[in-house]
Amino acid sequence: MGAIQPKVSEPVSDELALVEAAKAGDDAAFEELVRRYDRNVFRIAQHITQNREDAEDVVQDAFVKAYTNLKQFQGQSKFYTWLVRIAVNEALMKLRRRRPERTVSLDEDVKTEDDSVPREVADWSPNPEQQYTQAELRDILDRTIHGLPATFRTVFVLRDVEGLSTEETADALNLSIPAVKSRLLRARLQLRERLNKFFQRRERANGLQNPVSGDGNQ
Amino acid sequence: MKCSEFLHELTDYLDGVIDAGTKSELEEHLAWCHNCYVVCDTTKKTIEIYRDSKLYELPENLETKLRSAIAARCKSHKNKTSEGKA
Repeated sequence: MGAIQPKVSEPVSDELALVEAAKAGDDAAFEELVRRYDRNVFRIAQHITQNREDAEDVVQDAFVKAYTNLKQFQGQSKFYTWLVRIAVNEALMKLRRRRPERTVSLDEDVKTEDDSVPREVADWSPNPEQQYTQAELRDILDRTIHGLPATFRTVFVLRDVEGLSTEETADALNLSIPAVKSRLLRARLQLRERLNKFFQRRERANGLQNPVSGDGNQ
Repeated sequence: MKCSEFLHELTDYLDGVIDAGTKSELEEHLAWCHNCYVVCDTTKKTIEIYRDSKLYELPENLETKLRSAIAARCKSHKNKTSEGKA
C-alpha cells in the first residue's frame, strides 16, 4: 500500500496571461477561464450545497463576481484558488439560506469525536465499486457524502476530488494547515465508515465468516 | 508505533508527504496490525472511488446554458460600467 496517486492538474502556465488579458478588457480571455474551470466550480458547488439549482446559481454568481472583481486579483495565489474561494463562499451562503436553522461555518468546532482507531473493521471486496452499476454507485456516493457536515464535505472535495494541495485548500478556505488536515482526516474516516455497509466483503456481510478475526489477507 | 499514532499519521501517509523514518515505522505497524491495515486500505479506496467517480458532472447542455448566462451578465456589467464612465 502507498500514497494515493495525485490527480494530474490542468496546465496553468498561461493562466496568468489569460487573467491579465481579461483585466485589460479581453472578454474572450475571460470566457476561456470560464471554459477551463466551470466543471470544477459546478462539482464543488454541488458537493457543498447538495442541490442542483443552487449549484447552477453558484457557478454563475462565482464567475460574475470574479469578473467584476478581477482588478482586485493580485496574482498572489493561482487564479483558480481565488475563484474557488469565491465559489465556496457563494455555496456556503446558499446553504445558510436553505438551512437557516443550522449554522454553517467552516470555523465551527470539529472536536466532536475522539481520535481512536475504528475497531473490528470489515475488509472490502477487492474492487468494491464494481459490485454496482455506475448509476447505483453515483447514488451511493451522493447519499453518503450528503450526510457529512458541510465543513468536512468542503475540505474533502477540494483536497481529494479536485486535487488542491493542503496549502491551496487552506488558502481558499482561510483555514490553517492543521485545521485542513484535521477536517480532512475526519471527512475521510467518516466517509469510509459510511461506505462500509455497501463495500464490505459479501461473505462477511452474510455472516459466513467470523467478522472479528483477520483472514490473512494482508 | 501505536494504533493512535498510526491514525495521526494516516493523512500524511496517504498523501505521500511523510518522512522516510515515520513511513517505515507506519508500514511496520501495518504489517502486523490487521485492523489498522484495513482502515488504511479502505480509506485509500474511499478517496480513490470519490476521486474517480463521475459524481456531479456538468451536463453539456447545462454547461452551454451557464456559459451563455455568465457571458450575458458580464457584458451587462461592462456596459453599465462604461456608461458610468461616459
